[in-house]
Amino acid sequence: MQQASPTQAREHKVSMGDTLLDVQDLQVYFPVSAGIIFQRKVADVKAVDGVTFTVKRGETLGLVGESGCGKSTTGKAILQLNRPTAGHVGFEGTDLTKIKGGELRRFRRKMQMIFQDPYASLNPRMSVGSIISEPLTIHKLASGKDKKERVQSLLQTVGLNPYFANRFPHEFSGGQRQRVGIARALAVEPDFIVCDEPVSALDVSIQAQIINLLQDLQDQFGLTYLFIAHDLSVVRHISDRVAVMYLGHIMELTDRDSIFDNPLHPYTKALLSAVPIPDPQIERQRERIILLGDVPSPLRPPAGCVFHTRCPIASGECRVRRPDWRNVGTADKEHWVWCHRV
Amino acid sequence: MASDATVLEQYAVQPDVSRPQRIRRSLWDFIRHKPLGAICGAFVLLLVIIALFPGLFATASPTVGFIPDRYQGPSLSHFFGTDELGRDLYSRIIYGARTSILIGFGVVALSTGIATVLGTASGYFEGWVDTIVQRIIDIGIALPGLVFVILFVTSVQQIPLVFRIIISVGFLIAMGNTRIIRGAAIAAKANQYVEAARVVGASDTRIIFRHVLPNVFAIILVTASIQIGAAIIIEASLSFLGFGVQPPTPDWGYMITSAQDRIVQYPHLAIFPGLAIFFTVYCFNMFGDALRDVLDPRLRGAR
Repeated sequence: MQQASPTQAREHKVSMGDTLLDVQDLQVYFPVSAGIIFQRKVADVKAVDGVTFTVKRGETLGLVGESGCGKSTTGKAILQLNRPTAGHVGFEGTDLTKIKGGELRRFRRKMQMIFQDPYASLNPRMSVGSIISEPLTIHKLASGKDKKERVQSLLQTVGLNPYFANRFPHEFSGGQRQRVGIARALAVEPDFIVCDEPVSALDVSIQAQIINLLQDLQDQFGLTYLFIAHDLSVVRHISDRVAVMYLGHIMELTDRDSIFDNPLHPYTKALLSAVPIPDPQIERQRERIILLGDVPSPLRPPAGCVFHTRCPIASGECRVRRPDWRNVGTADKEHWVWCHRV
Repeated sequence: MASDATVLEQYAVQPDVSRPQRIRRSLWDFIRHKPLGAICGAFVLLLVIIALFPGLFATASPTVGFIPDRYQGPSLSHFFGTDELGRDLYSRIIYGARTSILIGFGVVALSTGIATVLGTASGYFEGWVDTIVQRIIDIGIALPGLVFVILFVTSVQQIPLVFRIIISVGFLIAMGNTRIIRGAAIAAKANQYVEAARVVGASDTRIIFRHVLPNVFAIILVTASIQIGAAIIIEASLSFLGFGVQPPTPDWGYMITSAQDRIVQYPHLAIFPGLAIFFTVYCFNMFGDALRDVLDPRLRGAR
């Protein structure tokens, strides 16, 4: 990935407007059960423990955080792949947590997902053509000759040869497979796509191609992305706004430039200081914030602010009371933080 | 986008290949890469033809013998020799294939049918479906196999004997198979493309038939091919114990039983039916194994 300077901000052809996705106090707990004869619940893994954010139509919201902080779980909970334990997922005004079965499947037309591992997310027994046409068949969008043409045009849209439809996934490289995954997601003409670390399994040279493809498709079809990643430079390049997650909570959420140039939350600051700068002189001089200790277990997250165990500026209040999710910016330039000390 | 052109140029344009062409090509591939499997497959096919039309292969009647010719060793007129009633052993083995093949295929059709339905449902849905199915399977596995089969074969007189054998042996084998297929279904369900299918809106039925079953299929096929052999052996054991197909119907297992008194003097009476069982079972196993290797597209590339 090239480092994108803020001046190269990409102009959207689609106007960003109304709220497409409204997530409120989303919680996803995974029960841990034990017992030899009778299984009983002994604890919960609090993978996502109350996150609130909105995604506007046409924008890209970057979701960053370390491994295991709950970013993928958040994405899957939005799509109802993991049913949330509590909270509200409003999609175009409908609470997805309240619907199921066929009604939920109809909503799947509008929201799709691109997976991290392009090797695991394509069925090795299905040809690329049948992988891409499956959503068309399910939602009865096309059939017969029409379907074949749609598959070919989708392959072309993602930069693959339309004749590849008869081939099988193992005949492709990682980048090509990821393109197939993107074509499958595009087949239903969705409004919203959760990109779950779509480039982290790819070579750096291929990453740029896929990122560019995703941006082109966004401009072309007016897509809205929730872009989950742990690579900050990728997130900086593609996102309009960025949310930083830690141990099941969003720590900070604001527009891309503010988060990279003016981070407020101590965790965001530490995270950004870990990004290497490709200039040895600056790199030598700058002060890095090194966090001590490990991420606590989501089985027993710390009381109060979950970050207090490693926070350089934690006070007594942080150990006992949960911070509020508050906007410290202005109404039109929002800057949300989850911290007592900011 | 600049990368479009490079990606497009990576492969020359290849037009579609017609279906018969593809089938012919994959058949040739199979023969070339799995010669032993192909030979065994041909033998399996031959066995099925023998079972359907034994008259084409037999040189004499399987049931009527010429007593003065009894206990002859292999010769040109009697390829495998003759038995205690002077019947041609070769023709008896040819006709005996019918019972073995019928019971082998019948048992495997029934057992894999049951096991596929129960195992896939159990593995895919988990929860209470799984608990109920698995507890029933536990009971089935705890049954002493041969005793159960003998009990069933001797007690339910209303249906023909062959079907009694097929049903009892089929149920018995289905128990273990259900476990195997359940495990495979659980593994197949954990694949990320199953999640991807759910995202594009696939129903449970669709996911089972399109994404789970095809991945369980290789295991079903291999267990089935191995158990055709196992079923033939159980059937032979039943006949050997005297609960199987009744004489004068020629049957490999029964032929070995009736040979046991004179096995030292006339070993050919036991050797040829034994070899018939051995070759049949071996060929089914090798053919199934080769099929598994070829049907898995991931192994296809790695030959």
